[in-house]
Amino acid sequence: MLKELSKGRYLSTSGTGYKRQHWRPLLTLPSETKAFQGSAFQKYRHFSTADAGDTCDEGSERNDTISVTFVDKYGEDQLIQVPIGMSLLEAAHENDIELEGACEGSLACSTCHVIVMDMDYYNKLEDPTDEENDMLDLAFGLTESSRLGCQIVAKPELDGIRVAIPAATRNFAVDGFVPKPH
Amino acid sequence: MAGGGNPVTPIWDRLLHVCFHGDYEENACFHGDYEEEKEEEEEEEEERGTLDLSPLLNKAMMLQARSWLSRARSFSTVSNNPLRVCVVGSGPAGFYTAEKTLKAHQGAEVDIIDRLPTPFGLVRSGVAPDHPETKIVINQFSRVAQHERCSFFGNVTLGSSISLSDLRELYHVVVLAYGSESDRALGIPGEDLMGIHSAREFVWWYNGHPDCRNLDPDLKSTDTAVILGQGNVALDVARILLRPTSELATTDISSHVLTALEESSIRKVYLVGRRGPVQAACTTKELREVLGIKNLYVHIKEADLVKTPADEEEMKNNRIQRRVHELLSKAAASGSSQPNSGQRELHFVFFRKPDSFLESDERSGHVSGVHVEKTFLKGVGPGKQIAVGTGEFEDLDCGMVLKSIGYKSVPVNGLPFDHNKGVVPNIRGRVVTDPLGDPTQVEIGLYVCGWLKRGPTGIIATNLYCAEETVASISEDLERGVLKSRSSLPKPGREGLLQLLNDRNVRPLTFNAWEKIDSEEKSLGSLRNKPREKLTTWEDLLKAAAMK
Repeated sequence: MLKELSKGRYLSTSGTGYKRQHWRPLLTLPSETKAFQGSAFQKYRHFSTADAGDTCDEGSERNDTISVTFVDKYGEDQLIQVPIGMSLLEAAHENDIELEGACEGSLACSTCHVIVMDMDYYNKLEDPTDEENDMLDLAFGLTESSRLGCQIVAKPELDGIRVAIPAATRNFAVDGFVPKPH
Repeated sequence: MAGGGNPVTPIWDRLLHVCFHGDYEENACFHGDYEEEKEEEEEEEEERGTLDLSPLLNKAMMLQARSWLSRARSFSTVSNNPLRVCVVGSGPAGFYTAEKTLKAHQGAEVDIIDRLPTPFGLVRSGVAPDHPETKIVINQFSRVAQHERCSFFGNVTLGSSISLSDLRELYHVVVLAYGSESDRALGIPGEDLMGIHSAREFVWWYNGHPDCRNLDPDLKSTDTAVILGQGNVALDVARILLRPTSELATTDISSHVLTALEESSIRKVYLVGRRGPVQAACTTKELREVLGIKNLYVHIKEADLVKTPADEEEMKNNRIQRRVHELLSKAAASGSSQPNSGQRELHFVFFRKPDSFLESDERSGHVSGVHVEKTFLKGVGPGKQIAVGTGEFEDLDCGMVLKSIGYKSVPVNGLPFDHNKGVVPNIRGRVVTDPLGDPTQVEIGLYVCGWLKRGPTGIIATNLYCAEETVASISEDLERGVLKSRSSLPKPGREGLLQLLNDRNVRPLTFNAWEKIDSEEKSLGSLRNKPREKLTTWEDLLKAAAMK
């Protein structure tokens, strides 16, 4: 059902929480950045699979993830399942969705800016901190319902949320030029 | 140079329409329609001579063309005849350009050159040492550098190791992203006095840039520094001067700089802006940080914070300006009225423009203050106000001045340059031949990105969008066939570059050499409980790069 679930990494069964490896296992982190490695994941809440109740396996999987739709900069929908406790930045990267994350979730850039498309969902999020607002100041195409993807953490109330990746560059990529058909 | 051995290629090149669909050589479609090419013929002077031949083309020549094309196809594989791209400069603009190019053009080979042995530009030598999170983007750039179709060559200087025309011969596409390595000048009397530096030099110094290793600013002869400018660079510099050195000791700040800061006698910093708090060019994060320095007395005149209707208008649609003003107002309201003894001080000075620098009586040739003129704001258009002098003057006494009024790009031979704006004239990254002439006449195959393209403003992420725009222009030019006549010819690219550098006794340093420097710096750093100890001389950098 889900490629990330098949890896079996996100279903925490202990009550002690967990710290995941970085979302790009290929890279070697320079040591100065290691201190920040965990920062993106500190918000993870740990959900015991027992919380999911005694339904069948599929059911418990469903309860441990929420549906999130990313609308990419070309307007295409991408529906993914995001484990509870995971940030949308990390979820996007796990699913090869093009969302930049220059500072890897350490609240030092604005590249994972997303727009929550429904105010009802936006209001279910905790208010952005000053630090997040400082970064949102610099985001391209800021809207009333803009957030940083690294600061939106999947929780059950957010099931069904739709977020758009701003199309800051959509216009000039086309620039009135239409390739001739073949 | 390229294709010169085959005199017929230009003709067939004109004859047969070749379309490139983003992925360049792999998807090249060959159409036999000559007509489509006609419009473009007018644009390319150098090939005009071949046009008259077209009516003479006969079947035999067509066959010849096919034979050439089949050869072209056979070597037009990824390995043999890729789109060859050279990016000059390995800062954020360069790396984002490389990343977007690699993605948009499957098969393209991208070489990034830099004059330093170390990559990453201002991420290494601009971002403050106490902002390690901002430098995390180095991870992403390193992945780009390690991409199989990407190479990094440090220690290669455009203009001396290799000329722009060399690069344009070697590569189908050259993207200049070498930023702004000089400074705007105020052009006022006394600017050459000792004790006056550009903020860029000071930043390069504390970040261990080899070119400013020996700047050696005198921090011991005075207790007061004046910083001209109120942008983020100004705030960075103020923070480095005022922050407790114990907090800097665990950053990657250069050791010789840390020692100089520990011995510094500077206790008071003035941040001087020509306009008011509403127009301050800083962002909230940097302002919040400097206001939050431990045991710092912050002085902001309450009267300066009063907003005029024009200010309100300016702020209405500008979230940063609103939030910066809010932060300054809070700081002004919450601070104590007098500094405690021994407390370091930060003074925001608004509505003052520098008129001249004062020379010290005791130390000849050395600055002793800044003569400033009071200003007021005058509206010059909707939401825009400029500072105008009032004719009233005052002096700010100080022993050091850091000018943080903007960086400036430096042109190279053969590059169109707009000296007024300090940028390369361009349309969405395409270099315009004559800044004063026809704006649609562009240099084929030559592009710009980053500060060289749009001036020295913005954050790292700005370069992401800037690079997308430039790479979109490259893609468009390939698809439209503007670049076709060159790109359908093989170019020597990397191999040719390395050959040429070898002939000139220039030793390029690969990303692998950087990794040796990186590893040496980290191991030196670990001895001092720092993330890294930067190598700050050319000699040390080259030595580390050559280690086994």
